Amino acid sequence: MPRYLVDKISRKAVLLCALASFFILVLIVVFIFRDGMAGFIENGIGAFLFGTDWSLKRGEYGVGVMILGSISVTLGTIIIAAPLSITCAIFLAEIAPPEVREVVRPAIDLLVGIPSVVYGLMGMVWLVPLIRDHFGGGGYSLLAAIVVLTIMVLPTIISLSEDSLRSVPRHYKESALALGATDWQAIWRVLLPAARPGIVSAIILGMGRVIGESMACYMVIGNAFAFPSSVLDPSRTLTSNIVGQVEEAAYGSSHMHALFACGIVLLVFIFIFNSVSFTMGRREG
Amino acid sequence: MNISPRVTQRIAFGVMWGAVAIVLLLLLFIIGYILWRGFSSLSFDFVFGPTTEGGLRAPLVGTVYIVALTLLIVVPLGVGTAVWLSEYAPIKGRFAPFIRYTLDGLAGIPSIIFGLFGAAFFVYMMIGEQCILAGALTLACLSLPFMVGAAEEAIRSVPKSQKEAALALGATRWQVTWRVVLPAALPGIITGAILCTGTAIAETAPLLATSGFSAFTPHSPLDGCRTLALHLFYLATEAPCTGGVTHEDLVDKAMGVGVILILVIVILNLLMRFLSGRYIARMRGGK
Repeated sequence: MPRYLVDKISRKAVLLCALASFFILVLIVVFIFRDGMAGFIENGIGAFLFGTDWSLKRGEYGVGVMILGSISVTLGTIIIAAPLSITCAIFLAEIAPPEVREVVRPAIDLLVGIPSVVYGLMGMVWLVPLIRDHFGGGGYSLLAAIVVLTIMVLPTIISLSEDSLRSVPRHYKESALALGATDWQAIWRVLLPAARPGIVSAIILGMGRVIGESMACYMVIGNAFAFPSSVLDPSRTLTSNIVGQVEEAAYGSSHMHALFACGIVLLVFIFIFNSVSFTMGRREG
Repeated sequence: MNISPRVTQRIAFGVMWGAVAIVLLLLLFIIGYILWRGFSSLSFDFVFGPTTEGGLRAPLVGTVYIVALTLLIVVPLGVGTAVWLSEYAPIKGRFAPFIRYTLDGLAGIPSIIFGLFGAAFFVYMMIGEQCILAGALTLACLSLPFMVGAAEEAIRSVPKSQKEAALALGATRWQVTWRVVLPAALPGIITGAILCTGTAIAETAPLLATSGFSAFTPHSPLDGCRTLALHLFYLATEAPCTGGVTHEDLVDKAMGVGVILILVIVILNLLMRFLSGRYIARMRGGK
């Protein structure tokens, strides 16, 4: 084949590859909304969003409880994970000796790679009995989910906050040091405020990860359909609800439609988190 | 009471060392605990025995199938996208940033949504049944942004002078890409492929309603299968169905699967570090 022809064909081929990601995204939105909207319409939008009944027998589906469950898990996780990971990020960006960094970085990379079902299993066999014996309740609880998800989201927030700390121009800190500030004063009063938009954006992106995590959450949260009154109560999130039922629901049934509608609610949350995170991150530049 | 800045600094640094120590200890504890509890349940019969008798043969074969098919789809697609983004895309214009946004968008979508999408599109619309192919297609969609990211970074770090030298010798754009850029970017592309392998091994939510949960050893991409991670999930969460098997037995087995998964992930991570290390060395040394 003449090489100019090959050149022309390949140009088209790589363009098609690039377009694939766009088509996949469109297809995902179309197919989730097609079945999900059916779920909204069958139940009524208000009744679905705020309904507190999820009953296959009566064919009534409402996600009020799950929305609340998802929000509590996300907030609970971020309250623990954010301070811990920002502390680690400052450490890695500013004060870690190189040899310590060489150990910590790969370790954090490894945390990302461990399958979520392994975290879930760990939660089931170690954390759940621990909570049951020391704090009371059945063990399977909001608290268990929060602890497991905290560990899972740490690497995301650490890496992104570290990036934003590193992107603060060097001379900011150097000027502070030249004025006689201690290392810590320079970090606390100059570096952190300068990196704040990036760090906040990292935290919100982390919230998106938490609300979207499904398997580990399902394995430890108990998946009980009830408003939790304390962190020791079992609960149910949008994701754990889908995980628990997607295999048994028949495709095309109103049950499956309701699960897809859960997916829409989840996508809306993700969309809000990602847009906020994106605009925050942009202000930094 | 005023605390001097020096003391404040001491305290703050102490807290930071503590936080990092907590994270490291957590990692060590998780890995150590799984290895400690799971190693005892590993045996030749368990790992290679038929799954209908409690072994891991079906999930092992299933994992290999899923990973191979996923890579077969995602590597060409991802490298193609990366080539377009870094070599062909018009420098000015909104199209390339737009494709980047869609990739970022894809990367942000929760894996369970990919599972629902795969069930609706690949399983019910295109193939008609839950099978390995549907699972692999779903995983390919999910891991596409990671593949593109790794490949593009590798392609962009190929020195411009190398490309220009080839162009000056009369090579077409594609000849430059195929013979100069891609070979130089190969370690980065392999790193991306390893990243996708790790994703395909670790992810379970996208496979719940797409790959089927057959406990039989698959023979073709149109058979149902379960991966190791999915098998772990079923072992840990499903009530024992046959007499004499307790939930504890199943959890012990799940721990055994956890050991295998962790070992594989550790090996993949080491491989990636080795590759990127060599890659950096080669870029620095020019050879």
